[in-house]
Amino acid sequence: MSVSTGLEKKPGSTETSRTSGMPQQSSIRVRAGLSRTAKYVLLVLFLIIVLMPVYVLIVTSLKPPQDVNPATSWGLPVRWPWEPAFEGGPTGFDNWALAWNALSASIGRTFLLAIPAALIASFLGAMNGFVLARWRFPYADVVFTFILFGMFIPYQAIMTPLVQMKTSLGLPSDVSTLLVVHVIYGLPICTLIFRNYYAGIPHELMEAARMDGSGMLRTFRSIVLPLSLPGFVVTIIWQFTSAWNDFLFALFLSNQNEGPVSLALNNLAQGAQLANYGAAMAGALLASLPTLVVYIVLGKYFIGGLMSGSVKS
Amino acid sequence: MKKGYKNWGPPLLLIAPTIVVLGIFVYGLIGANISVSLSNRNSLVPATEFVGLDNYFALFAEERFIHSLQNLGVFTVFFIGGTMIFGFLWAWMLDKGVTAEGVFRSVFLFPMAISFVASGVVWRWLLNSAEGDRASGLNRVFENLGLDFLQNSWWNEPGWGMAAIALPAIWQLAGYVMALFLSGFRGIPEELREAARMDGATEWKLYRYVIFPQLSPVALSALIIVGHMSLKVFDLIMAITKSIYQTEVPATYLWVALTSNDYAKSATIATILLLFVAVVIVPYLIYTARAEKRQG
Repeated sequence: MSVSTGLEKKPGSTETSRTSGMPQQSSIRVRAGLSRTAKYVLLVLFLIIVLMPVYVLIVTSLKPPQDVNPATSWGLPVRWPWEPAFEGGPTGFDNWALAWNALSASIGRTFLLAIPAALIASFLGAMNGFVLARWRFPYADVVFTFILFGMFIPYQAIMTPLVQMKTSLGLPSDVSTLLVVHVIYGLPICTLIFRNYYAGIPHELMEAARMDGSGMLRTFRSIVLPLSLPGFVVTIIWQFTSAWNDFLFALFLSNQNEGPVSLALNNLAQGAQLANYGAAMAGALLASLPTLVVYIVLGKYFIGGLMSGSVKS
Repeated sequence: MKKGYKNWGPPLLLIAPTIVVLGIFVYGLIGANISVSLSNRNSLVPATEFVGLDNYFALFAEERFIHSLQNLGVFTVFFIGGTMIFGFLWAWMLDKGVTAEGVFRSVFLFPMAISFVASGVVWRWLLNSAEGDRASGLNRVFENLGLDFLQNSWWNEPGWGMAAIALPAIWQLAGYVMALFLSGFRGIPEELREAARMDGATEWKLYRYVIFPQLSPVALSALIIVGHMSLKVFDLIMAITKSIYQTEVPATYLWVALTSNDYAKSATIATILLLFVAVVIVPYLIYTARAEKRQG
């Protein structure tokens, strides 16, 4: 069983199959060739534009402060980091060292936040999704909509009382509070993803288990969970990425010394002037690395999570 | 009676923790927020009395709040317009069979994996408002290409400056809209296209009468998702400009109010934001639930 992203090409839907077998006039062929070339030129142009910020990030992160100059700001570094620095000053590597020192502790904390948040919310989401997909109890649709709504609210709408609640309960301003928050507000999307996923599992499998006399919990544990791996990959990636990238909850509920990497990065970047953008850019790359690796290695599942955001996946 | 309990008692038990937790942390806190917005809790002093809608009237009488709404409007128009146009264009170009389609798709989508804070770092550099000799970022590109008239102060301008903030937002989410449209294109049965061609439909008519109608549910989804994200925009603005007047939107104004302990004001802004989002989302959820029921 695999996750369908809906992006796979169906056989026979290519241009060639559409036009094959028809007598072609050479002028049409030339026109088609031209528009085809134009399309590739345009696509490559878009590719360059989309990748341009990445180029800026990498190049700027490698420029030591004394080599920064508006006129050459788009160029490659005057001196590469491995070349001797100007008058023994800092090299491009020092940007990275600075960024690493500023972010490494918070990167560790963010792993401790994002991994459990992803696992717990996914497990609870799997239970909910299983129930909602398989048991037609009264008002099941109402319950589903009730859960789903929590996915779309602007979190600002609950932020004031949440901050007040945190203060009055004396909860810490660190990642442990954020962990609870991310599990809670991750429940709707995890439930949605698993509900759609389980709706695709043959009914007979579970019916057989019930005839067997096994209870619902046992059905879930022994039959459904082992089939759920693709669903788990999607929700874990989704939850991990949103907890890793979250800034809103981090800003309102934690402080810079105990909070996640988004807060530390923002702190590093807000101090940046033109001359020391290098460290901020290196920091942005460091902070993005985990989610980028996830995207590159498990891209298909990442897209699966994205598509479920549109409810009907 | 006992049978009924046995049938749907256990599933309810499994799902009960989630219902209770979301009941408290979504619906309970929304209720608490509304009640704070109807009180005079404008400072740390907890003494609270009911003041009705006074906070709402006061907020709408503020030039600053109206300005933040205008900013949100400008941002939303450009953000939705940009993501829909590029998203559709990319999907349309990729749908017709392109070599290395996966490469283009992955690259167009990758900004989605990056946080707004990280992309804010590079976009703050790109949207640097210095011009002429001191120009860097995009203004430097215009300077070097001899397109000086295109140089501008980007977001550092209270009127249309918000359109500049939409650029990074479009960069991050156009690929997502592309993925939605692409799945829409791929969901159109090939027979439909063939049939239209057999009937002698021109390419334009094929789109007008076959493809666009088939894509409209996907377009609606994209519009709703991007639209509701736009109303919540916060991270990107904080990362690029911090909370300043030129780029203030209700969400960043709320942050200012809350950090100065004006709980009543932050709760009032929050309720207004929630209403905006609800107007977009609730009809969509109902429409989706109905569509699902029709399908069985």
